[in-house]
Amino acid sequence: MPKKKSDSSVKTAPPPSGARLTEDTPAPSRKDMLREMLLIRRFEERCAEAYALGKIGGFCHLYIGQEAVGVGAISALRDDDYVIASYRDHGQALARGVPPRAIMAELFGRADGCSKGKGGSMHLFDRNVNFLGGHGIVGGHIPLATGVAFAIKYRGGDQVCLCFFGEAAVNGGAFHEALNMAALWKLPVVYLIENNRYGMGTALERASAINDIAERACSYDMPNEVVDGQDVFAVRDAVRRAAHRARAEHTPTLVEVRTYRFMGHSMSDAVSGTYRTKEELEEHMKRDPITVLRSDMEQHGEWSDQDMAALDDEIKGIVEDAWNFADASPEPALESLTEDVYANGEF
Amino acid sequence: MPVITYRDALNQALREEMQRDDRVFIMGEEVGVYQGAYKVSKGLLQEFGEMRVVDTPITELGFAGVGVGAAMVGLRPIIEFMTWNFALLALDQVVNSAAKMLYMSGGQYNIPIVFRGPNGAALQLSAQHSQAWESWLAHIPGLKVVAPGTPYDAKGLLKSAVRDENPVIVLEGEMLYNTKGEVPTEEYLIPLGKAALKHEGDHCSIITHGKMILVALQAAEQLAKDGIRVDVLDLLSIRPMDVEAIATTVRKTNRAVVLEEGWEVAGIGAQVVDYIQRECFDDLDAPVIRVHQMDVPMPYAKNLERAAKPDLPKTIAAVKKVMYLEQ
Ligand SMILES: Cc1ncc(C[n+]2csc(CCOP(=O)(O)OP(=O)(O)O)c2C)c(N)n1
Ligand SMILES: [Mg+2]
Repeated sequence: MPKKKSDSSVKTAPPPSGARLTEDTPAPSRKDMLREMLLIRRFEERCAEAYALGKIGGFCHLYIGQEAVGVGAISALRDDDYVIASYRDHGQALARGVPPRAIMAELFGRADGCSKGKGGSMHLFDRNVNFLGGHGIVGGHIPLATGVAFAIKYRGGDQVCLCFFGEAAVNGGAFHEALNMAALWKLPVVYLIENNRYGMGTALERASAINDIAERACSYDMPNEVVDGQDVFAVRDAVRRAAHRARAEHTPTLVEVRTYRFMGHSMSDAVSGTYRTKEELEEHMKRDPITVLRSDMEQHGEWSDQDMAALDDEIKGIVEDAWNFADASPEPALESLTEDVYANGEF
Repeated sequence: MPVITYRDALNQALREEMQRDDRVFIMGEEVGVYQGAYKVSKGLLQEFGEMRVVDTPITELGFAGVGVGAAMVGLRPIIEFMTWNFALLALDQVVNSAAKMLYMSGGQYNIPIVFRGPNGAALQLSAQHSQAWESWLAHIPGLKVVAPGTPYDAKGLLKSAVRDENPVIVLEGEMLYNTKGEVPTEEYLIPLGKAALKHEGDHCSIITHGKMILVALQAAEQLAKDGIRVDVLDLLSIRPMDVEAIATTVRKTNRAVVLEEGWEVAGIGAQVVDYIQRECFDDLDAPVIRVHQMDVPMPYAKNLERAAKPDLPKTIAAVKKVMYLEQ
């Protein structure tokens, strides 16, 4: 029998209540947010190019269309909080402040990569900014986030762990095991579903018995919220509420962010075709998160075409620099093959 | 020297390590209120409290992952599996998260974690509850795997495992928990990666690990009555394996029997034999013989179970065969 929905479930987003929440970080300006989203967009475009040239290999999952999710969510965190993500991790890494150079070098498989060329696209890590990795097994890192939150509570800290994953991961056991323990033990974690409607070629409705997947949280009496993933400030506000709840009340939250990926699942997947139509894609592309914010800024007289052109030039320069840096970075030394299998140089 | 059970030796190791380092905690099913499915964690909840002795739901995949996450940010978890049979559900976290994190993060995140619990067959538990997992685990670079067969080794290895900066698998034995042996009162550690020669002889080497060490030592005694003198090498660590110790004993006796609890195909014994052929090819007087579980799931009926398991008569027969004393 389905469990009665608990009172603590926040089914629909409450009106933004910024005043009641303490600001953990200074509120970013709209321009800051636009800038970060544009950085991801231009970075990912160059990744597609580099992939076609064979500079990036393996599986490579782009974030185009979902920029507002990573940028909005991570903007709500403090520097000492933790972020953990799936294999679709370039956007979150950039938003968290992993240097574009180190990411591009990692993608090129070079020694200066953020994971020393050992991880690649799916395994970006950066200890300096508490970026706990991209992880390649669907759902596998969700229990890790619970463990990070356990450690925070164990040490009596007030940090938060923010965990990104796709909507397909909610159908697997790891998700449920992890959420149950987090709710049971009241751990400071924010689980963020990036619901881009597809797990590879399988539409949400073809994989999940319920379509409102935030409701999965009800099984664990966990607060949950659905948010528009193309609106960067809406995502930010939702994660701020969740992070506040985690810090102040040690209560986990499940945030379902509704978004859409504009590219194929990975570089080896066509943008549209077998599992989604061109029309559907085009419909969703009308709500490009960058355009959504930009138009709003323009309507308020805060932004002009010239401003956009200047910003775009600057961002393109940063990405170009990252590319050049990665290109110039050496391949990892062959001796590094056997390094870091065990700690302290043991082999 | 006090004589204590294998269970108490493990319990002492846990207690001492938790006293010495407050980042160490134990997590698993029934470790707290119930005092451990096999009472290995007896008294720990009372001494260290709920935050450090954590009862989990039945969710091996989940809590193994919780341990790895906690280890990423500075804690030193000891994850108890009620038995390794159930840990199969957690293998994704052990292999894909714990073992590979350091490497795929380019050296940024090591995982100082212990995964422990009983491994191998007990008595008449049949197919799903009687299997030896060491070859699965030892296959994985990034893991260390130890299999103590005595109380002394259990305590010393578990303490070293907790202090290690890497994921360490500790394979215990349900049938071992009540066995007794001498354990010193003063603190000691047993280094990971070192084997121990537990019986000396010059006719043949028996190389083994885990609870089969008890069988090997019995075999050594019985064979001595027939004038056959064997070396018994307890590997203790399966990964890293003490290849030097294997080579030393085989060079001395020129004959070897490799005894293990697991199945034959891709078993630990296959690896030992490979080291022997590489290191001691010219020293061998006979092909190495392996003793292992029959290539079948574990049956329930007493007679069938006995027939399936490696045991004393099979080990003695193997030694005699490798010495060309019997067919
Ligand atoms: C356990 C597991 N099964 C299958 C795969 C192969 N796989 C990689 S991504 C993916 C789809 C996941 O979709 P979703 O969770 O919605 O994330 P998205 O790719 O949409 O960001 C699949 C099936 C995998 N990596 N891990
Ligand atoms: Mg998806």
